[in-house]
Amino acid sequence: MTVATLAAEKALDQVSELRPTERVIDRLLRRKGAVFGGAVLLIFILTAIFAPLIAPYDPTATNWLAVRKPPSDLYLLGTDEIGRDVLSRVIWGARASLLAGVTSVAIALALGLPIGLVAGYKGGWVDGLLMRMTDAMLACPFLILAIALAAFLGPSLTNAMIAIGISAMPIFIRLTRAQVLSVKVEDYIEAARAAGNPHLRIALRHVLPNVVTPIMVQATLTIAAAIIAEASLSFLGLGQQPPAPSWGSMLNVAKNYLHQAPWMAMWPGLAIFTCVLSFNLLGDGLRDALDPRQK
Amino acid sequence: MLAFLVRRIAVIIPTVFFVSILIFGLQQLLPGDPALAMAGEDRDPKLIEFLRQKYHLDQPLPIQYFLWIGGVLHGDLGESIRIQKPVFELVLEKLPVTMQLACMAIIIALSIGITMGIISAVTKDSPWDYAANVIALWGLSTPNFWLGIMLILLFSVELGWLPASGYVSPFENFGESFRTMIMPAFVLGNAIAAVMMRHTRSAMLLVLSADYVRTARSKGLSERRVVLRHGLRNALIPVITLGALEFGQLLSGAVLTEQVFTIPGFGKLIVDAVFNRDYAVVQGVVLITATTYILLNLLADIAYFLVNPRMRA
Repeated sequence: MTVATLAAEKALDQVSELRPTERVIDRLLRRKGAVFGGAVLLIFILTAIFAPLIAPYDPTATNWLAVRKPPSDLYLLGTDEIGRDVLSRVIWGARASLLAGVTSVAIALALGLPIGLVAGYKGGWVDGLLMRMTDAMLACPFLILAIALAAFLGPSLTNAMIAIGISAMPIFIRLTRAQVLSVKVEDYIEAARAAGNPHLRIALRHVLPNVVTPIMVQATLTIAAAIIAEASLSFLGLGQQPPAPSWGSMLNVAKNYLHQAPWMAMWPGLAIFTCVLSFNLLGDGLRDALDPRQK
Repeated sequence: MLAFLVRRIAVIIPTVFFVSILIFGLQQLLPGDPALAMAGEDRDPKLIEFLRQKYHLDQPLPIQYFLWIGGVLHGDLGESIRIQKPVFELVLEKLPVTMQLACMAIIIALSIGITMGIISAVTKDSPWDYAANVIALWGLSTPNFWLGIMLILLFSVELGWLPASGYVSPFENFGESFRTMIMPAFVLGNAIAAVMMRHTRSAMLLVLSADYVRTARSKGLSERRVVLRHGLRNALIPVITLGALEFGQLLSGAVLTEQVFTIPGFGKLIVDAVFNRDYAVVQGVVLITATTYILLNLLADIAYFLVNPRMRA
């Protein structure tokens, strides 16, 4: 047996001695992509929180003497069609995007988790009815349903978040139901039932904690999709309304000035791409770290 | 087969019913009086009264629903307030444009996605595999409207090779139509290629470790023949059926792509309708896309049933 093999076995022994949560964190930290995604995400979150301190200019302040100025020492990422600083708007745009991503998924979770729990736990006609309703929502393409909802609710960031949340809800209903179906036949649920616990207590205390993990992974990946959806709705004019900054609405304006000011289109898109990529990397890493088949 | 079809259709009917309730319910989200919202800024009392009568807004909700769904079942999806044309006619007018874009996008997505998936699976854990995974992650994380803008910047503004916007029918000028549509089709196909690559990779990895592939290898067949004849043929079954489920993403992507490249298709129709408060068009488009998605799902299930002998057992 070589020294390397012995060292590897010792490391494995140490990992197996860890508690489940520590083991998942340990596995997550071994994944370079997930660590990179998490680090970039942290930068975005800090940027969003400290936007007023970091942004060099007021994101809505216009300057008619600095219209469509290319990147320079004064304006690091240039200015837009009415002289606003692109860097400041990209920094403030992080707030709208992260807020929209997290809030939409929170709405989807708040609605989808209880419905999925009821469908999976109750079964029978309740399950059948809820699943057909979920199928109906899944049949409408995600963005088209979000556009329709945002159109009828009226264009605003709040309504865009509600529309994205409702459109993303069926994924969580389906996932929660599938998890509940596999957990509710476990012996410990049977034992809880035999001990005379009421259904609500069994569902909330015994079933729910055991189905949360894969739902959290899905939530991380859905935040990425929600950020793209918010940017898409804002790009179409159905999300964040001017003059408030958002990456999607900045791109909507920028597409009209590609000849004169290409920098206007470059940076907000790069911000969306980097933010979504970090969520995807973190989500993929979390999924692998939580997969019991992975060592 | 018949029992399978009956079972699937029995599930579809209530789903379609709930889709219709969902789409009809959208109108109830309008703040205040729907007739006022539909009339727009003019608020002409005659128009408001006309709209109230036309959409039976003075009737109780269940009656409104039955009158609406009765019309839908007879092919009447309502009329566009702005363009003064039946919604069904408008959709049929725009559909060929989006179909052309979607077909080109699917061809691009399948060619890139399946090729990359095979390379990635065959060279598992090699630099090629990592490169293919990075490209797939890039495809999944890039908003297609931004990719579209960047490609316009490069190929239209900087190099001047391709037109930045517009649409030419292939029946008018095939070459020009191809030149106009290739950039939007690539943008639309890009994200789907990433999904197809991931599907193909996992299906190929599963198939390549199967006993019959080991047998094929032990018979001394060339690796190329093993991968393409024995591996890919079987791996493609789930890939193609899963591909049908990407239809929703394709249509969602088409809305944005058509907006970036100013293509007068299905997606632009719904966006214009939203801004013109043409709610009947919005409802009609959502209803048609949802129904098409359900039918495509059914076709994918039937295809899977027909090509997979284990399901017939």
